[in-house]
Amino acid sequence: MPADPATTTVAPTTAAAGQLARTHNYARSYWPFIAPAALVVLAVILFPWGFTLVMSVMDWKVGQSPSWVGLANYTKLFGDERFQLSVVRTAYFTAASVIAPVILGVAAAVCFHRNFPLRGLARTIFILPMMATPVAVALVWTMMFLPQGGVMNYLLTSVGLPPSQWIYHPGTVIPTLVAIETWQWTPLVMLIVLGGLASLPTDPYEAAILDGANPWQVFRHITLPLVWPFIVVASVIRTIDALKAFDIIYVMTLGGPGTASETINVLLYQTAFAYYDIGYGSAMVVVFFVIILLVSMVLLHVRQKEIG
Amino acid sequence: MMERNYRLRRILGRIGLYLSVFALISPALFFFLWMLSLSLKTEVDNMAFEPVFIPNPPTLANFIDVFAKNDFLTYTFNSIVVSFGATFLALLIGVPAGYGIAKMKATRAAMLILIARITPGLSYLIPLYLMFQWLGLVGTLTPLVITHLVITVPIVVWVMIGFFEGLPGELEEAALVDGATIWQAFRYVAMPLARPGITVAMILAFIFSWNNFIFGVVLAGRETRTLPVAVYNVLTFEQVSWGPLAAAALMVTLPVLLLTLLMQKEIVAGLTAGGVKGG
Repeated sequence: MPADPATTTVAPTTAAAGQLARTHNYARSYWPFIAPAALVVLAVILFPWGFTLVMSVMDWKVGQSPSWVGLANYTKLFGDERFQLSVVRTAYFTAASVIAPVILGVAAAVCFHRNFPLRGLARTIFILPMMATPVAVALVWTMMFLPQGGVMNYLLTSVGLPPSQWIYHPGTVIPTLVAIETWQWTPLVMLIVLGGLASLPTDPYEAAILDGANPWQVFRHITLPLVWPFIVVASVIRTIDALKAFDIIYVMTLGGPGTASETINVLLYQTAFAYYDIGYGSAMVVVFFVIILLVSMVLLHVRQKEIG
Repeated sequence: MMERNYRLRRILGRIGLYLSVFALISPALFFFLWMLSLSLKTEVDNMAFEPVFIPNPPTLANFIDVFAKNDFLTYTFNSIVVSFGATFLALLIGVPAGYGIAKMKATRAAMLILIARITPGLSYLIPLYLMFQWLGLVGTLTPLVITHLVITVPIVVWVMIGFFEGLPGELEEAALVDGATIWQAFRYVAMPLARPGITVAMILAFIFSWNNFIFGVVLAGRETRTLPVAVYNVLTFEQVSWGPLAAAALMVTLPVLLLTLLMQKEIVAGLTAGGVKGG
């Protein structure tokens, strides 16, 4: 339970005095409400950030005592080809995992905005992939994508297409993972854009229909500009989540075959928890976090310009 | 002529809409039905060259197998303790915090929550792992409950800020003028009004905690694995057969799927508002 605010704030007895005390202490008086959460955030969120910064300037492997090395971990990181390749892969994976879900998500939102029988049920089925436990989903996809005996290759060959190696070939592993990411996260884009569509005014539509505009013209010149801010928000969220993607890649490929699907996050996991190189892993965390922060700031800046 | 043309276009539009909706939901529908199908089939049918789509006859052998060969009940218990614990604690501290932030318009505190949302879950793990090792807590459920707060607290605070900001302030003002403390105004006026918001926050926090994999993979010992970790660590190595694996995967995610089906309105409202997601 949070500390009893009654003991730390003035309980006004007369209305006038109370009014005065409240307006005066307005900003301070709600701190007891926030304090417990602030403590937890400090312990499990801020402390790790600070600690990571400290560790990143240490040479520290699990079981050894740490020693100060300055920026050596960072210089090593920037010259590390395996890290550079993981950055390129992450960029490729992220770009594809933003573009595909955003396009499909907008299309889906336009469909789900219309009224049709069983819309609620259809929408629920549509959002199931984003709610389902990622590990469970990844294991079933792994079985489906097996080159021999997997149902996906059966479906491909039954419509006359050649079978694929899916996640077992360096050339197809990232596109396959992007397809799963798209399957999983298009619903979130749809929900955000659907929220935008619900808030649109109806008059421009009536005017356009009276003027004889066709559906594509209506979408292109009325709907799209009006929901654009929501599409930008969805793209920002999608970018951050795609950069952070881990569970499905880890379970399905462990970064393989070879290192063909090793994104920053997977390499980071390997460095810290398979090689137990705490110092180097921490430097990687710091650089990764800076990348995410920069990308989100650029995207948010774009958003501000779009709106303002 | 005009009239007929118009009606024809309307009908074509309807058909197009139904086909689009079907195309949109069929990947999800196919995936979950195939998962169900795998879990209800014999190994012979699962390995058949020509895939068997409808189990004939369906068998529960895979589910029985999962319970017989694994400590599935322990893992379920662990998952329940961790997710309920982390959700309960997050509500306890996060609902008042959301209220305080909304009342004070503390944008910087809100920003902090947002930054917590964009930080990769992995980056918390190295320091927390070392900290729990020093404290001698590795191998108990406590580190997992505490670490899951990283997921649940931001979700609860974020959803609650939005909800409390949307409430009209007059009722609380009236209570305050009548001599209530701000704690009483929160507890007896604002909180009952925000009950739908608390439900949304609770459901989302629970689901994203239940689904979390990465914290458990690093912090859980043999006996303290949560379900997603157990399915990955134990079953994939000890069971190579598909049926039991699909059955276990289905059981892990079934609570979440049922919750989504039952509470879809609340979940949609919460996700639309905040774009929240854990980890």
